[in-house]
Amino acid sequence: MPEEAPPEAKKTKKVRGTVVINLARCKGCGFCIAFCPPQVLEFAEDYNPQGYHPPRLTDPDGCTGCDLCGLYCPDFAIYGIMLKNGAPPSAAREKSDES
Amino acid sequence: MSAPVEAPLAANPVEAVLRSFRMPHIWCPGCGIGTTVNCFARALEQSKLNLDKVVVVSGIGCSGRVAGYLDLDSFHTTHGRAIPFATGMKIANPKLTVVVYSGDGDLVGIGGNHFIHAARRNLDLKVICINNFTYGMTGGQMGPTTPVSALSSTTPFGCFEPGFNLPHLAESAGAVYVARWTTYHVRQLAHTMGEMLRKNGFSFLEIISPCPTLYGQRNRLGDGLAMMKHFKQQSVLRHGAPTKEVGIELQGPIAVGKFVDIERPSFLDVMNEQLGRTLEAEYAGCVKDHVPD
Repeated sequence: MPEEAPPEAKKTKKVRGTVVINLARCKGCGFCIAFCPPQVLEFAEDYNPQGYHPPRLTDPDGCTGCDLCGLYCPDFAIYGIMLKNGAPPSAAREKSDES
Repeated sequence: MSAPVEAPLAANPVEAVLRSFRMPHIWCPGCGIGTTVNCFARALEQSKLNLDKVVVVSGIGCSGRVAGYLDLDSFHTTHGRAIPFATGMKIANPKLTVVVYSGDGDLVGIGGNHFIHAARRNLDLKVICINNFTYGMTGGQMGPTTPVSALSSTTPFGCFEPGFNLPHLAESAGAVYVARWTTYHVRQLAHTMGEMLRKNGFSFLEIISPCPTLYGQRNRLGDGLAMMKHFKQQSVLRHGAPTKEVGIELQGPIAVGKFVDIERPSFLDVMNEQLGRTLEAEYAGCVKDHVPD
């Protein structure tokens, strides 16, 4: 009897997006972490030059590149980009028209 | 797992309209003003407007700093006089898209008279009001929107004056577009700002924003994130609600949405019509400059 694949293996996780963080600008307000839809951000343990804990991407495969963090960030320190089929990050930023 | 990727920091969409060399800005951690600037940058990007024709005018206060941080033709004017300044600019050069970006104390406290008269005239200004319920930059004094019983440095035993209901004030004075969101509603903010940029007439957007350092701390509302979560919980979507019913009480529900979107001839429309009719050929020479592109 063939074994059923575990549920998580059925989903082929693709890298869909990522975030770009300007560590030096962050003031650690936590907006991006609290309101990230897939919840893939957390406070880093390290401090930035201003003495705050900037965010860190915990699960790069989970990021959808929705750019909601970029909309929330009051310090212009983070933004999300969508990646097409794991394209190199140097690819031009995809403009999202979700609003 | 994929390797960490690197993309240029300068590709942040807000950088296109930001004076990056002035960063970091002076706003406190957890302040919502920067969030609204992100939304404004996205709205500008999607509007496809020629940024050389977009002007931002600010008054004084924390939100008055927006003009200084935006890499547009931006003007930081005297306290309360953002609207008169913008009025002169719009009438002198009607081809400009004039955005007034300021705070509650500046727009409806010090500059309240200008606000109601610009709305009455239906001058084509896009007025964005960051409402944090207090005068932040000067030390957290009671302002025209401070809710009853809220504590501030000038009302240590609780505010007892009723605050302004800004959407009701704007609609009563004659605004053709009135909306309110909080800084939690970022997508809606970007969408509404885009609609305002296309609207002809006095458009007013009130943005409820956290001031964790003064208003939040005095009233024990927590940090900026706690205030944002509070906005999320307390917001009630009420598109088209009668503006009389959308006043805000301390920690009470916040009605959000687009309340008013009507058509009314703008100041420049009626001015051209009236002067063209009475002065005829004499005015025709001037009017060619007064027709927006």
